[in-house]
Amino acid sequence: MSLTREEVLHVARLARLALTDEEVERFREQLSAILEAVGTVAELDLADVAPTSHPLDVVNVWAEDEPRPSLGVEEALANAPERDGNFFRVPPA
Amino acid sequence: MIDTLRLTAEEAMELLDRGDVSSAELHAAYLAAIGERDPELHAYLRTIDASDGNDNDAGVPIALKDLITTRGVETTAGSKILAGYIPLFDSTVASRCRQAGLPFLGKTNMDEFAMGSSTENSAYGPTRNPWDPERVPGGSSGGSAAAVAAGLAPWALGSDTGGSVKQPASLCGIVGLRPTYGTVSRYGIVAFASSLDQIGPMTKTVRDCALLYRIVAGRDPCDSTTVELPHPVEIPERENLKGLRIGVAKEMAEAEGIEPGVRAAVDRAIELARSLGAEVGECTLPRSMRYGLPCYYLVAPSEASSNLARYDGVRYGFRASENERVRMYERTRDEGFGDEPKRRVMLGTYALSAGYYEAYYGQAQKVRTIIRDEHAQAFEQFDVLLSATSPTVAFRLGERTQNPLAMYLSDLLTIPANMAGLPSLSIPCGLSDGLPVGLQLIGPQFSENTLFGAAHALERALGFDYVPERLR
Repeated sequence: MSLTREEVLHVARLARLALTDEEVERFREQLSAILEAVGTVAELDLADVAPTSHPLDVVNVWAEDEPRPSLGVEEALANAPERDGNFFRVPPA
Repeated sequence: MIDTLRLTAEEAMELLDRGDVSSAELHAAYLAAIGERDPELHAYLRTIDASDGNDNDAGVPIALKDLITTRGVETTAGSKILAGYIPLFDSTVASRCRQAGLPFLGKTNMDEFAMGSSTENSAYGPTRNPWDPERVPGGSSGGSAAAVAAGLAPWALGSDTGGSVKQPASLCGIVGLRPTYGTVSRYGIVAFASSLDQIGPMTKTVRDCALLYRIVAGRDPCDSTTVELPHPVEIPERENLKGLRIGVAKEMAEAEGIEPGVRAAVDRAIELARSLGAEVGECTLPRSMRYGLPCYYLVAPSEASSNLARYDGVRYGFRASENERVRMYERTRDEGFGDEPKRRVMLGTYALSAGYYEAYYGQAQKVRTIIRDEHAQAFEQFDVLLSATSPTVAFRLGERTQNPLAMYLSDLLTIPANMAGLPSLSIPCGLSDGLPVGLQLIGPQFSENTLFGAAHALERALGFDYVPERLR
């Protein structure tokens, strides 16, 4: 299992990571080795096995739909890197 | 004079009950010990003064891993991307500690986003092992483990996804519990892999571990994956193991890479269990051991790639200065995350991407079913399974940082039980070359009381001295 440079760049784009050239090459090697190791799960024939997404057999936990106070505007913006009035400020698209 | 190196949380409670010492005096004694020994160890990212929002001032102070959200106290999860983040609310475990009167000593160092087995992945520099500062304390809860082992906290909370409580407990010679999934709330815990993350106590003794578990466990309306405990937590008093059926999985005992000194210490502990009246037999977990690690390194990174998508530089934390929005996201994440989160986010993104989903993530979820079934079968015959916690004792700083796969193997023995949602506990069972060896006890779901009882009986018989030799 060996990833190409293009595949690493594709995955980085999906994950919103602007990798440097040095990172692309390093992660290409490391991720190839890791994928080779984890790819062994393919050896098993599990066509009839149900997947486990959650370790406990708990389904549909319900709660009453009761309104509660939530964060105020000032609190919600308290950690903002940049704000503009009552909004989070971000650079234009 | 309080000897913070020796004092257990239970003994501290007795001192408080008798009025021999106040909670504030205890707090001050630990801060003094931190001032003395933490410059070398770096177990803490920040300490918290007794007056600093610590209105809960009746009980035994506690250290919290830095992914546990604390109102008004910076919470970074060991990452630069959360530098300066001051939460507006408490996690449920922090608020339970407050309600129980436990003042906070500080926030402990960790591998960034709990991804790692040595605490070397912290953006704020590594923690060192109190038994030998040239070696790692394990991870990702290495700061909490080192703090307890070096007498810088009477007890601490860590988190365990693939072994992040058990493995550092093992490497630092203390007790660590990874509880049954769903028994401790994850509300306000910086998320890594949501179907695996669990908060767990890290303590000097098994009784302290049960006392702390009793404080933090229980259903939480803010975390719908939590459940009510089926039995109240019992503080263990058991002195023998009569009638206990202990299984030793062949594949765990013979796993590749187990150091001879670790094997010898674990074998002695198993003999001791037999002499305390346990029936010891062999069981088998072939596919859990062969495919557990690969399964984990598909499931956990996949969940991480989703959980870490929230760090975009918009609402909190670090933001790279860029004039275009998507470019801002991409640079913020590349500069804000260290190498390990980047590797795992990319691995998870790949495993979940079109064309690969079924072969990787889908297949891993099925392997998880196989691992659950194999363990369920073992528990038809046995009450508790025993193994080493870590294949090796504490390794040297830098020894595994260049090779991610070698680092991943640190959790070879802790991962299978985690994938199955089972509780497991590590206790120190001896030394190898002067460094602690951990013994892992695994039980069926909700069997914490059985694990505490068995571990307590073994702990008494082993008589391990948890104070690091160089600090005695």
